[in-house]
Amino acid sequence: MTTTTKPDAPSLEHELLPETISTRKIGRLERLVGPESYRVLRGLVTTPTSVAGLILIAIFTIVALAAPWIAPPARANNPYDIPRDGFSPDPRPPMSEWKRNQPPLPAWWEPVMGTEEWVHLMGTASGQYDIFYGVIWGTRTAYKTGLVITLAVLLIGLLVGSVSAFYGGLLDNILMRIVDVFLTLPFIMAALITAAVLTPRLGRTILPAVFALIAFGWMSYARLIRGDILTVRERDYILAARVIGVKDYKIMLKHILPNAIFPTLVYASAGIGEIVIIFAALSFLGVGTPVGYADWGQLLSFARNWITNLADYWYIVVFPGFALVFFVLGWNLLGDAFRDILDPKMRGKS
Amino acid sequence: MTAYIIRRLLLLPVLLVGVTIIIFAMLQFLTPVERSALYVRDIPHTEGAIEGIIKRYGLDEPLPVQYWRWLVGRIDPVTGERVGGVLRGDLGWSRVGSQSVINLIKQRFPATLELALWAVGPIILIGLWLGVKAAVNHNKPFDQISRILAIFASSFPVFVFGLLVLMIFYANLRWFPPGRISDWANVVISSGEFRTYTHLITVDALLNGRFDIFLDALRHLILPILTLSYVNWATFLRVTRSSMLETLRQDYVTTARAKGVAERDVINKHARPNALIPVATLAGFQVVGLLGGVVITETVFTYPGVGSAAAAAAQQLDVVTVLGLALFNGFILIVANLIVDILYAVIDPRVRLA
Repeated sequence: MTTTTKPDAPSLEHELLPETISTRKIGRLERLVGPESYRVLRGLVTTPTSVAGLILIAIFTIVALAAPWIAPPARANNPYDIPRDGFSPDPRPPMSEWKRNQPPLPAWWEPVMGTEEWVHLMGTASGQYDIFYGVIWGTRTAYKTGLVITLAVLLIGLLVGSVSAFYGGLLDNILMRIVDVFLTLPFIMAALITAAVLTPRLGRTILPAVFALIAFGWMSYARLIRGDILTVRERDYILAARVIGVKDYKIMLKHILPNAIFPTLVYASAGIGEIVIIFAALSFLGVGTPVGYADWGQLLSFARNWITNLADYWYIVVFPGFALVFFVLGWNLLGDAFRDILDPKMRGKS
Repeated sequence: MTAYIIRRLLLLPVLLVGVTIIIFAMLQFLTPVERSALYVRDIPHTEGAIEGIIKRYGLDEPLPVQYWRWLVGRIDPVTGERVGGVLRGDLGWSRVGSQSVINLIKQRFPATLELALWAVGPIILIGLWLGVKAAVNHNKPFDQISRILAIFASSFPVFVFGLLVLMIFYANLRWFPPGRISDWANVVISSGEFRTYTHLITVDALLNGRFDIFLDALRHLILPILTLSYVNWATFLRVTRSSMLETLRQDYVTTARAKGVAERDVINKHARPNALIPVATLAGFQVVGLLGGVVITETVFTYPGVGSAAAAAAQQLDVVTVLGLALFNGFILIVANLIVDILYAVIDPRVRLA
């Protein structure tokens, strides 16, 4: 590789050893984030599956941000209460008119439809809860719960995993056995019992379900980060840092964690989807969230009373169901693309 | 091998004690009155009755004492009998089921077992077939499509899928109803002529020679089996595919090809058996997972198993029942996982020697 020592004949070398000379221009972004992160970012916008995922996520983000504009709440200080059009138990089909307790008309409705009559765009569920409103504001619930819970379990997992890996020995053994114990019960069962226990104490809000998912969601992160730290810890530059007497916590925070955390972050991006599914499942089972809370699982739970009539009341299942599916799909597509891009076998190919 | 099994056995008590501690800790979130359901059915609404029960069953004792009593039971100072004690199988009184929790389990578990036994076959066989086929057709349309479908499947929550198939195959077509058995069949089963051997309706129906009841039970099982399958297929597909791809890269596979062995034999005889070793553990854990009762699937299809009982109890905040079922669930999973781990060591020498 001595090509750079012959500066007077660049064109010839280019023909001889095309691999060794890179005529590629390094862009500003690449210089800013470094070649490895640049490769990951470029992979994300060139892989079809991740592009599809990003588009889905972008749509849901816009809907979540614009929720008050798309579906204005009836009572502005309680936007997560789905407005009800009466109390009749029979669901009503999409496009049926609002009769009572009509919330403010959204600004986009009149220009698009040319009428001032606000309707139930996606019908109503039992108890006349407006499905459209629930689906739109459910996006916010999904983001809130998904992000908060994932962040919390990530932090707990990070703490347990790094302490376990860094100190090793007995402490490591004890912590990992605790992880084993917590993993014994299936996630949904563990979340179910925790939410059931917490509900009488915290009341019927979304908090019991949130705490339940945090309490039993951190273990895989702890294992993952522990494994990655153990690998990084053996590298020479860590030894070098030790030799020159850098303090433990500084080695941990500055040298090990930044190099070990990436796979865990990727795992977390796909983990958001799973968290949102389990949260919706709890809501569907009637544990945690109060009745009428703007949440997709909550809307779907209304369908449980109408199994025999689902041929007529399809809209209770289809609208919130597919909102949930596409939301999770977006994150899973992104996670899947991430996994491919970060696969060491793919490194250097981009 | 022995060392591995011993190491694995040593973990068993840790897990068992750990799970009981988790469940016991959760019980501490309840008030002593609510916890009294561990020992008594109803609390009389008279003055001082609550305090009496708290004293009588020691619900205000120090936690370690309570934990021990909760495990092994306590002598009732009034009647002199031993009451409670989860290790004796006394998990308390189920308010929702109006019976003891252990009876509830005895009544519900056969249904869960039956569903699990029926679901295992399709899950494993089709899952394996998909995975091997995807690996053999690496990067060809079958591989690409099945991979996309697998991402779709793992994004599809079981309760959405369950409601959708109910909408299509029950509400619209009336083919496969929810529940476990039709009313007419239930009448036959509860009559004296139908003899119960195993409490698995499909098996009992065959033993009684009632083919119509067998078919009716099977009709109710189809949608739950389908629902349990599609989620697991996605996992099986991924694991089998990557394991098979790994194996196909091995030198001995190249050797076999170089010798001129037919491609079909290379795949079926040389590669597949070795590729299936990691899949075997996955299969074990999946089956074990089914045994624990599948909360959401059973609830969507109103299938009367342990899982739907837990969901119903949780919804009505009958915490003693939920925790009892979870403890049962945990014990089954711990023992079954142990068996899977040991079997894994038996089939894979690499685990044994490690």
